[in-house]
Amino acid sequence: MARYDRAITVFSPDGHLFQVEYALEAVRKGNAAVGVRGTDVVVLGVEKKSTAKLQDSRTVRKIVSLDDHIALVCAGLKADARVLVNRARIECQSHRLTVEDPVTVEYITRYIAGLQQKYTQSGGVRPFGLSTLIVGFDPYTGIPSLYQTDPSGAFSAWKANATGRNSNSMREFLEKNYKETSGQETVKLAIRALLEVVESGGKNIEIAVMTKEHGLRQLEEAEIDAIVAEIEAEKAAAETAKKAPPKET
Amino acid sequence: MGIRAILSSHLPNGQFGRHSLCLAAVGREHKKLPTLYFDIYRFSKQFPPLLLSIFGLSASDLCSFSFLFNLSLKIMKLDTSGLESAASLFGASSELFDGFATAPSFELPVTNDFDGFQKEAIQMVKPAKGTTTLAFIFKEGVMVAADSRASMGGYISSQSVKKIIEINPYMLGTMAGGAADCQFWHRNLGIKCRLHELANKRRISVTGASKLLANILYSYRGMGLSVGTMIAGWDETGPGLYYVDSEGGRLKGTRFSVGSGSPYAYGVLDSGYRYDLSIEEAAELARRAIYHATFRDGASGGVASVYYVGPNGWKKLSGDDVGELHYKYYPVMPSTVEQEMVEVSGA
Repeated sequence: MARYDRAITVFSPDGHLFQVEYALEAVRKGNAAVGVRGTDVVVLGVEKKSTAKLQDSRTVRKIVSLDDHIALVCAGLKADARVLVNRARIECQSHRLTVEDPVTVEYITRYIAGLQQKYTQSGGVRPFGLSTLIVGFDPYTGIPSLYQTDPSGAFSAWKANATGRNSNSMREFLEKNYKETSGQETVKLAIRALLEVVESGGKNIEIAVMTKEHGLRQLEEAEIDAIVAEIEAEKAAAETAKKAPPKET
Repeated sequence: MGIRAILSSHLPNGQFGRHSLCLAAVGREHKKLPTLYFDIYRFSKQFPPLLLSIFGLSASDLCSFSFLFNLSLKIMKLDTSGLESAASLFGASSELFDGFATAPSFELPVTNDFDGFQKEAIQMVKPAKGTTTLAFIFKEGVMVAADSRASMGGYISSQSVKKIIEINPYMLGTMAGGAADCQFWHRNLGIKCRLHELANKRRISVTGASKLLANILYSYRGMGLSVGTMIAGWDETGPGLYYVDSEGGRLKGTRFSVGSGSPYAYGVLDSGYRYDLSIEEAAELARRAIYHATFRDGASGGVASVYYVGPNGWKKLSGDDVGELHYKYYPVMPSTVEQEMVEVSGA
């Protein structure tokens, strides 16, 4: 097995591309990130590791915009993310220049995924060590979408998804609790999913909401704290309702 | 310096000065290169095996040479695929090497005065936009009309040329200038539009299609293409009309006429145009404008074809011989001399 994980262009006898799988491991060590699609908004959330005292937290932006109507969050190697995001931004503008129309979410996802795949089939390069969650609104139909890509270059659309650290538990939570929501409800769902794996508090969560009219908006810490407080209150109320024996005879 | 010799064999004759792929030596120690070159240098350092195979150099040569890729961004890369994005030059390894190994090029004639030769070639083709085509947007859609005469100098080579080219069921292009150029590039545009549809699951807009064509023609600018075309179509935003030419120009508008007969056609078209024409009125206006152009311009004639582009695609409305149209508009009247004779004998 050790012989099949050096040059990634080589398949192992049982059909694995080990470098790609190792890249997925790198993703699993990255920050937890979640994306939820509502009927009129899409919400991205990411875990914020506490910034060092001397670090300027403004420069550590995890949720980035690719164009006015498309945003992205990734889990994995941050340096790879920077390179990929730059290429995607250029492609968004290039598309606007050649066909005088903004990209669709599917188009840019396909581009990013194609890029990630190219690096799994070239000599002497390693795959990008990140999975991305791409959200946006279709410029023609106004429908919100959420897509995920991974280091192998596969992509698909999701109603809600999570990636990075503990993504399995987040995804399980989403599968159990997902329903069609809109506006603030979608934001709450995303935060509740993140709180499953992250310490609660506005310091540790970064949330961005994208709407068709206003584009991408990062929520302030105070806003996030308020919503977290709401969620905790709701949870407490649910607990007491469960614990209290039924009053009717 | 041996590298230049190797390279010149890969490049077309006489083009070495212009497409400058010069390799110069920069030592490993020279860290103070402009970022652009240093990126290439670092990049090339990662792939010695590939470079060696291209240049036939030995590993020791590689260590002692340093490479300065002067890939001038003004390199005339013939844009044969309008769907390719303008990806950065230093993308994945395959992109850079593909571009180099299969650099588009063609044999150029060996002359003393290449620029003069180019000018002559263009002059030879230029006046031959002997045709009249017109298109205009009105309330119901787009009306497109053209004559059908092909002339080679003073010789009429055909009276039945199809100058309105069907790019796809909802887009039309008109032909003026070099017939082969127009036909080929419209056909090519049709291919690209179809590929766009398949890739993006939606039809391309008229704006996008005209931009693809304009970019292709711009990349061949100065090489003697002669194309003066109008792209007319109906997309989600309604009717669209663009004028695209081989100089690389692209204009959006509501009324255009192209060709040697266009001044005459404009006269009739502009004076009779109203936005709220009905389809029949608009067709008649287009037909009359083509007729008048063929009447006065020797390089236009044949059959006046009229097409209409509406929300369900294009439809050919009519194709009338302009000779017959003449007698329809100006029927023969008995001459005054005969009338006088009749009156005298009657009195």
